[in-house]
Amino acid sequence: MPLEKILETYKNAILKRWFEAVAQTYPAETARFLQGQQDPFANPVGGATRTSLEGIFDQLAGDLAVDMDIEAIAAHLDPVIRIRAVQSFSPSAAVGFVFFLKKILKEELGQESRGRSELLNRLDARIDDTALVAFNIYMKCREKVFQLQSNEMRNRTFSAFQRAGLVRDVPEDDPDKNNPIE
Amino acid sequence: MSEMPKPKEVLSGLDHRPPRKGWMDTPVDIRKGMYCYAANPKSVEYLGLPHAREWNPLDDDWKLPENWQEILHKGFKERLDRFRSIKVFMDICVRCGACADKCHFFIGTGDPKNMPVLRAELLRSIYRNDFTLSGKIFGKLSGSRKMTVEVLKEWWYYLFQCSECRRCSVFCPYGIDTAEITIFGRELLNLLGLNIDWIATPVANCYRTGNHLGIQPHAFKDMLDFFVEDLEEMVGVKVEPSFNKKGADILFITPSGDVFADPGTYTAMGYMLLFHYLKERYGFDITWSTYASEGGNFGFFTSHETMKRLNSKMYAEAKRLGVKWILGGECGHMWRVIHQYMETMNGPTDFLEEPVNPITGTKFENARSTKMVHIAEFLADLIKHDKLELDKSRNDHLKVTFHDSCNPARGMGLFEEPRYVIRNVCNHFYDMPANTIREQTFCCGSGSGLNAGEDMELRLTGALPRANAVKYVHEKFGVNMLACVCAIDRAALPTMTEYWVPEVDVTGLSELVANALIVPGQHDRTTDLRGEDLPGREEEEDGE
Repeated sequence: MPLEKILETYKNAILKRWFEAVAQTYPAETARFLQGQQDPFANPVGGATRTSLEGIFDQLAGDLAVDMDIEAIAAHLDPVIRIRAVQSFSPSAAVGFVFFLKKILKEELGQESRGRSELLNRLDARIDDTALVAFNIYMKCREKVFQLQSNEMRNRTFSAFQRAGLVRDVPEDDPDKNNPIE
Repeated sequence: MSEMPKPKEVLSGLDHRPPRKGWMDTPVDIRKGMYCYAANPKSVEYLGLPHAREWNPLDDDWKLPENWQEILHKGFKERLDRFRSIKVFMDICVRCGACADKCHFFIGTGDPKNMPVLRAELLRSIYRNDFTLSGKIFGKLSGSRKMTVEVLKEWWYYLFQCSECRRCSVFCPYGIDTAEITIFGRELLNLLGLNIDWIATPVANCYRTGNHLGIQPHAFKDMLDFFVEDLEEMVGVKVEPSFNKKGADILFITPSGDVFADPGTYTAMGYMLLFHYLKERYGFDITWSTYASEGGNFGFFTSHETMKRLNSKMYAEAKRLGVKWILGGECGHMWRVIHQYMETMNGPTDFLEEPVNPITGTKFENARSTKMVHIAEFLADLIKHDKLELDKSRNDHLKVTFHDSCNPARGMGLFEEPRYVIRNVCNHFYDMPANTIREQTFCCGSGSGLNAGEDMELRLTGALPRANAVKYVHEKFGVNMLACVCAIDRAALPTMTEYWVPEVDVTGLSELVANALIVPGQHDRTTDLRGEDLPGREEEEDGE
């Protein structure tokens, strides 16, 4: 059986363990809530994480003969990283959950992985690439947080100056006409 | 470079599982991005509140007064005697957990100390130790502990991670209002000068000039005059707002954010256009006050006394001007203060009339005590009686959803009126899922004085449950506009949407109404109040 087919067979078991492991990166009470509450509106972190992990897994476990679709991986990573980037995680902990999959795959596939080292290595490399994409998204989110902070500050200050009549717009016509440089 | 971690430190931080300890044994970790800066001592001093000083939450030494434990104990005792509710809330919780997962800050941050039951337990543990026999005898076994500097820091950190939205209280079988516990806890912290600056300075400003931003009367008027010019350009009519007019029918009070912060400014323009319309059509005379120039009340987040002091100007100004009743703009906590405290604090209101809409004859019976009517109710009444000429197709480019602001929703039961108004001024309205709206609405994450810049991570995580529901209606129905009736929402939600669901913009209710309103003498309106082209209208004009 091709490895992709085997991965499909084990998909639910792998995803269950992966989600549990990600939930365990939170304090015990929170982990229980993330795993227990199924309503995605009452539990947006659990809901988004679950959906993201499944999407990522489907991309990773897709046709191993071709290159992985990085854009698709990024789209699935975005919601979960966007959340973890503003929670109390260190950068490594925010993106490190991607690597959990390596151990889980090894343990779940067990005997099935025999004689498929080349394909497994390819899968491993895909996980590494996914982690790197995750880091890119993490950095974009962090930059966004700082940008939002500075934008709010700028808007407040600028508006205050503007309303105090201290800001003059650039005139629409040629500046040199009004203020010729002699 | 001094902040660069050593390789060993980096690796030691790679354990992905947090330590499994009980909450009492997990010391508070005050993290940047999750707290607001300490109060400016000048602001604390201006209000005559105690122990004004420079201090930094990240420092070990918070420069507490020597007898701080005694001050807290005494303050705790006084309030237990004064507020029956607090005494009951300290005693009756059975830790059933119904509230635990209902808080947006818990859901978003994943920090168990943001479970409402645990946040309250921070105070209850001290209550048991100081005021109950079982606590004294059984100590930690009974869930009690002694007050220490670490506990105080924990109080401060988590009491300023509650937006007093009261979602948790909806689910409590005993009706414990955790917001009141936060209000009480913050009052105790203020006895030690431990306020945050995003609250203390607006409160000092408000006490001095009548509004949080410290805008003086002439600047307040200037700002509305700018809007007059903008409206003339966009609508083609010259509105003439009246200021401090004695003998006007109605005094209008709204948060100053509407006058000075986008997109609230468009809501303010909406009010102005509406008042102009009512004046032209029905001779209805509404005046603004440059003294009672703030509906919001950050005193509410400081102490009962401070709330009362800031709020007193509303009735004082209504009395001075001799108006019949007060109309209130789109604000959140302003309405909780009005609805639940104002008449008791600053009444009696025998100098005002029971509010009646002279245009429709409707008696606003629910406002009989406070004499103050919410603009959403007022608008709904006008629309119901067909007193506004509207062209709702002018809002056809918008697919609108409505965020119930916590205080008008849970604090005064305002659910239907805003929706009724939106449906009558927009053709495309979609509600968010039932467990995220009305009495179960999720907070914007920035309420109760937490909409500063330095606590951005707190605000973004707190806004996640709301954003998640907005994202859902955006993806399912193409929603591109989030309407609300709160000035803090209008200030905070655009930042929230930009991070979580950037395709959605934020508007006030009155802005939507004004965009649809057909004003006598208006020109062919090709833009909305933001000066943005109305799709289709500009082209028609070009083709002529």
